[in-house]
Amino acid sequence: MQTGAARFDFPGFKVLTFLCLFILYAPLLVVTVYSFNDSRSITTWGGFSLRWYVDVFTGPDSAKFQSAAFNSFSIALIAATVATAIATSAALAMVRGGRFKLRTATFGLISLPILVPEIVTAVAMLIFFNAIGFTRGYTSILIAHIAFCIPFAYLPISARMQGIEGVYEQAAMDLYAGRAQAFRRVLLPMMMPGIISGFLLAFIISLDDFIITNFVKGAGIETLPTAIFGSVKQGLRPNIMAISTMLLVFSTVIVTLSWLVSRIDRTK
Amino acid sequence: MTKQRPIAIDIQKVVKRFGDFTALKEVSVSIGDNEFFTLLGPSGCGKTTLLRMIAGFEDVTAGAIFLYDQEIAKLPPNKRPINTVFQNYALFPTMSVLENVGFGLEMQGKSRAEARRQAGEMLELVQLSQFAHRKPSQLSGGQQQRVALARALAPKPRVLLLDEPLSALDMKLRKSMQLELKHIQRETGITFIFVTHDQEEALTMSDRIAVMSAGEVQQLGTARDIYENPRNMFVADFIGDTNLLEVSVDKIENGRATCHLGGGHELTCDPVAGVDTGARVHLSVRPERLFLSSEPEEVESLRGRVVENIFIGTDITTILDLGVGPQFRVRASNSDRGNLRVFEPGQNVFVNMERGAARLLVD
Repeated sequence: MQTGAARFDFPGFKVLTFLCLFILYAPLLVVTVYSFNDSRSITTWGGFSLRWYVDVFTGPDSAKFQSAAFNSFSIALIAATVATAIATSAALAMVRGGRFKLRTATFGLISLPILVPEIVTAVAMLIFFNAIGFTRGYTSILIAHIAFCIPFAYLPISARMQGIEGVYEQAAMDLYAGRAQAFRRVLLPMMMPGIISGFLLAFIISLDDFIITNFVKGAGIETLPTAIFGSVKQGLRPNIMAISTMLLVFSTVIVTLSWLVSRIDRTK
Repeated sequence: MTKQRPIAIDIQKVVKRFGDFTALKEVSVSIGDNEFFTLLGPSGCGKTTLLRMIAGFEDVTAGAIFLYDQEIAKLPPNKRPINTVFQNYALFPTMSVLENVGFGLEMQGKSRAEARRQAGEMLELVQLSQFAHRKPSQLSGGQQQRVALARALAPKPRVLLLDEPLSALDMKLRKSMQLELKHIQRETGITFIFVTHDQEEALTMSDRIAVMSAGEVQQLGTARDIYENPRNMFVADFIGDTNLLEVSVDKIENGRATCHLGGGHELTCDPVAGVDTGARVHLSVRPERLFLSSEPEEVESLRGRVVENIFIGTDITTILDLGVGPQFRVRASNSDRGNLRVFEPGQNVFVNMERGAARLLVD
């Protein structure tokens, strides 16, 4: 058998690999490095400094960014929580339902919104809120976020549930547990890694959403992505790079966490 | 079974339909208190469905199930004092072995400490005390099997259901678990209802066996009864090894039925209710109830030619051509006495049949 190294060792393989990695990560690297730039310019290096990070918290735009950050994090927290609860119920129903007729169709319907172009979802939601005469603001953003977070929360939960057969719940009920006890004592602990992973994924998706938020937010309210976009329109300042870098680090941590948790296998 | 023994589980005309498919056709079985009862049959015969109905995982389409005179068909599984050992054990992976075994006790309302204490005692019974704090995934298949057994026995159910619990174990382990299960059943005095497709397992452990096929009970009786006196073709063929011969019943007189099977072969056997003169039915003869000789030694004997001898350690099976019907098998034990009954291929011999060895079958 060929070793892993030998199989991929054709001429130019390393060059190609580094080219791909460069295209993927060079822009992020530039933003990260220049967020520590002492210069006002965004292209010339003027030495290392944390001034733009200080600027984000104390500068002229700090009030705007702080309220945007509060909106973003509170919406992400609530939306991810609600979406995870709904996704958990859906996954549970799929397990309890066994092999019912519309199982595949149901799975498709829950997951499909991920594939719908975001701009279409955004326009549809805008039309929907207008049609029912809903005033756009914090609540409309929240509702929209809950809706589009559900499939993202659902995927890791349902993937985890594949290993959990109905027989565990039956075994619990055979041992005198009621439905609620069987769920809380047996199913929920087994589903937990999936639920946490789904929650974190939904949280990050909500936190960095721009298109849908921009459509349904209405005037006078900003989330971090829309505030950054608004700021950039008035000219690129290095404080944007500082905010972006902080978001990048935060997102990376959450996504890594989500991935690590999803790997915990409690069905074996 | 003594007449005074109360009935633990009484299944009365139970029917189960899944859509258009009828899994059970009016099955009636009474299982005695403290009995080791086995539902035996090939896959798809309805035995597991029946077990799941007793446990409460399947509802009853028609008929009734009684547990010590109490109708239980409508009760949910958690309200039935019946526990199950599942085929793949279904141990809770997030709990330790001790927590698994104590789960049922806790759900019955016992305090956590009391549940742990009794679970500990249960683990002693199955000799797994040293693994109490491990997770099920850290145990071998055989150990997991014992945990599943301990978990189901801990709440002291009135009836224990076992759904092919030994099928995942290797042969040696399975044999020792069979004896251990039987031993635990006697020790606890709990009624066991055991489901298996392995006839040898059923014969080894059971007080009584219900042989099932196509959603019906084909025969119900003790191991010996079912083996010696199979009622029909299915039972004779499914339990053990047998020779099935197509015969015509010529006459029945003086308590003996005279049959012929063509080619000039004729023999007599005990008559059976449901088989009358003129009937064309099958006759079952177990290979170990026959012996070969160069001259006829019993009243009942057939002539045949040796085709082949097969050595399988404990026995030697001789395959014979009777000139009519399928090939015939005769078994001799691998002993000095048995080996005298083994003849070379090509030799013409007499196949001697003990009186009572041949059994007429209702088709």
